[in-house]
Amino acid sequence: MRRLLFLLPLVILVVGVQVLTDWTDTRYYLTQLTMAAYYSLLIIGLCALMGYTGQISLGHAGFFAIGGYLSAALTTRNLAFFQDQAFFRLLEGAGILATGQDIYGAELVVVAPWAACLVAIIAAALIAWLLGIPVLKLKGHYLAMATLGFGIIIYRIALASEYFGEADGISEVPPFLLPFGLEVSGSFAVREANYYIAWGLLIMGLILLRNLIDSRVGRALRSIHGSEDAAGAMGVDTARCKLQVFVLSAVFAAVAGVFLTHYNGGIGPSEAGVMKSVRYVAIVAVGGMAHLWGALVMGVVLNFLSLRGVFGSYDDAVFGLILIGIMLFAPNGVLSLLNFSGVLDFFRRRRRRVKEPGGLR
Amino acid sequence: MALLAVSNLGKQFGGLQAVSEVSFSVERGMIKAVIGPNGAGKTTLFNLITGSLTPSSGSVLLDGRDITGHRPHQIASFGIARTFQNIKLFPGMTVLENVMIGRHIRSSGGFIASMLHLPWVLAEEQRIRQAALERLEMLGIAELAELEATSLAFGQQRAVELARALAMEPDLLLLDEPAAGLNIYETAEVGRLISSIRQLGITVLLVEHDMSLVMDISDEIVVLSFGRKIAEDVPEAIQSNEEVIKVYLGE
Ligand SMILES: Nc1ncnc2c1ncn2[C@@H]1O[C@H](COP(=O)(O)OP(=O)(O)OP(=O)(O)O)[C@@H](O)[C@H]1O
Ligand SMILES: [Mg+2]
Repeated sequence: MRRLLFLLPLVILVVGVQVLTDWTDTRYYLTQLTMAAYYSLLIIGLCALMGYTGQISLGHAGFFAIGGYLSAALTTRNLAFFQDQAFFRLLEGAGILATGQDIYGAELVVVAPWAACLVAIIAAALIAWLLGIPVLKLKGHYLAMATLGFGIIIYRIALASEYFGEADGISEVPPFLLPFGLEVSGSFAVREANYYIAWGLLIMGLILLRNLIDSRVGRALRSIHGSEDAAGAMGVDTARCKLQVFVLSAVFAAVAGVFLTHYNGGIGPSEAGVMKSVRYVAIVAVGGMAHLWGALVMGVVLNFLSLRGVFGSYDDAVFGLILIGIMLFAPNGVLSLLNFSGVLDFFRRRRRRVKEPGGLR
Repeated sequence: MALLAVSNLGKQFGGLQAVSEVSFSVERGMIKAVIGPNGAGKTTLFNLITGSLTPSSGSVLLDGRDITGHRPHQIASFGIARTFQNIKLFPGMTVLENVMIGRHIRSSGGFIASMLHLPWVLAEEQRIRQAALERLEMLGIAELAELEATSLAFGQQRAVELARALAMEPDLLLLDEPAAGLNIYETAEVGRLISSIRQLGITVLLVEHDMSLVMDISDEIVVLSFGRKIAEDVPEAIQSNEEVIKVYLGE
């Protein structure tokens, strides 16, 4: 439990912000903070891939879209039409169908959100796996190329397919019911709860990734980043490790996509765009690449500003500019400019000493 | 049975035959050296044995098992560790963390278990740390544990790389020019170290240019020239071998 103490300031901040919006009657901020948290979930997953394994993905908006679009389509597309087909009865028997009425009062049979969510995440993982197998056997930055192509394909599919709503995307996506009476939806009545759901998910993701990086597997990942030859000579199965992180980061993206889509009640093709993927890469870079905290802070701040419309119609351009600026002036992230990292290192070193076994002088 | 048996090993780079029909074997518990002029194919030979390169021909047997063409991480897990001629430490990681990676094949915490920090994973982490510290102490560099590995002096980096390889508890250790760039005192220290590594039950195959070191510590020597084996014998015999002398004087 001591290990989780590092989260305390973050938890206090999250609660503090909510209380503050309550006092100052600015609860509308919670909406963007909720959305920013979901985007940040994707971003910390991408950070694990980029920062610690040294692989770049320009297709993470694609995985986000697979999560969001699949969950949206499955929970809105009426299956009533297929009622007397075998697969329908199979799904019905498995209890994964939900019935309701559409806006005209006709019978609506769709896949239950939890099942749709599961399918969407598994699909994203599977696609990442299939994409990664051939590409990650190679040394170098072939993943960037492959994921760029993948991202473009996903975008075109979203835009061209009637099933996915073409340019309009999918709307009327139902709430996603969670245990304890919670629901992921954008309705005002559950705004606070959704803020906490999103941040809870983000913090959980952060814990999982931090644990991973701070472990045998995490060391292996960082060693691949340092020298693939030496990592291999140490017995690290570099191809497998890279593949695992890639799939994991795709799952993080898909989960973010599913939740944000149910929260927003819909999803559109802009979420699948390559510019979105570039934006995520830029944010990880601004955060300092191998810096989960940096990625999280930058993910929340920049997405919040973007969602508030601060960047206006130059939104995408701003992120392009950020990417260029970072590469030129602060390759270690903006936090390094504030010389924050010195402070972080100080704490890190102290923590390490505490963790050491008694045998060490 | 020999621990390592290399037979008719060959490697071609385009038109260049870097290693050509090389055969020799290394008995368990031995210190064996591979010498030869620059470009003779020594490092290539190591890369073939450890799977960094795939042989064009021939085979490599470890303890009777054919390991030819296996991937490097598999060969590492079969019990072969190595160091690199141009040191390859992991940047951005401490000395201790570098050596802890040497315990990779001796531990098993997987992806999911690591993410959840299951109790057994944390216990294993302590054992990894302890084992790595022991190797650092053995090499007398324990006080460097928390420093960034790539920021160290050259000789110290060599020591860290050696500690990392030893942490793997290999059966066979391949050292590619362990004394290169070291002064005579450090070289003598490396000599003592290699002898003590043998005491741990680790068989050593090394490439080295420092002749006095090689003659001092090796049981047997293989001489390569232009990718071919031109001699294989005990040090005294190598010193008086006509062909070897010719190759070295003609250099
Ligand atoms: N990956 C490669 N591609 C092409 N040629 C290579 C490659 N690796 C080595 N060579 C060539 O193979 C020959 C043998 O090189 P190698 O590095 O094995 O020699 P060496 O005996 O280790 O030399 P040194 O004592 O300088 O380390 C050289 O001519 C070298 O240029
Ligand atoms: Mg060499």
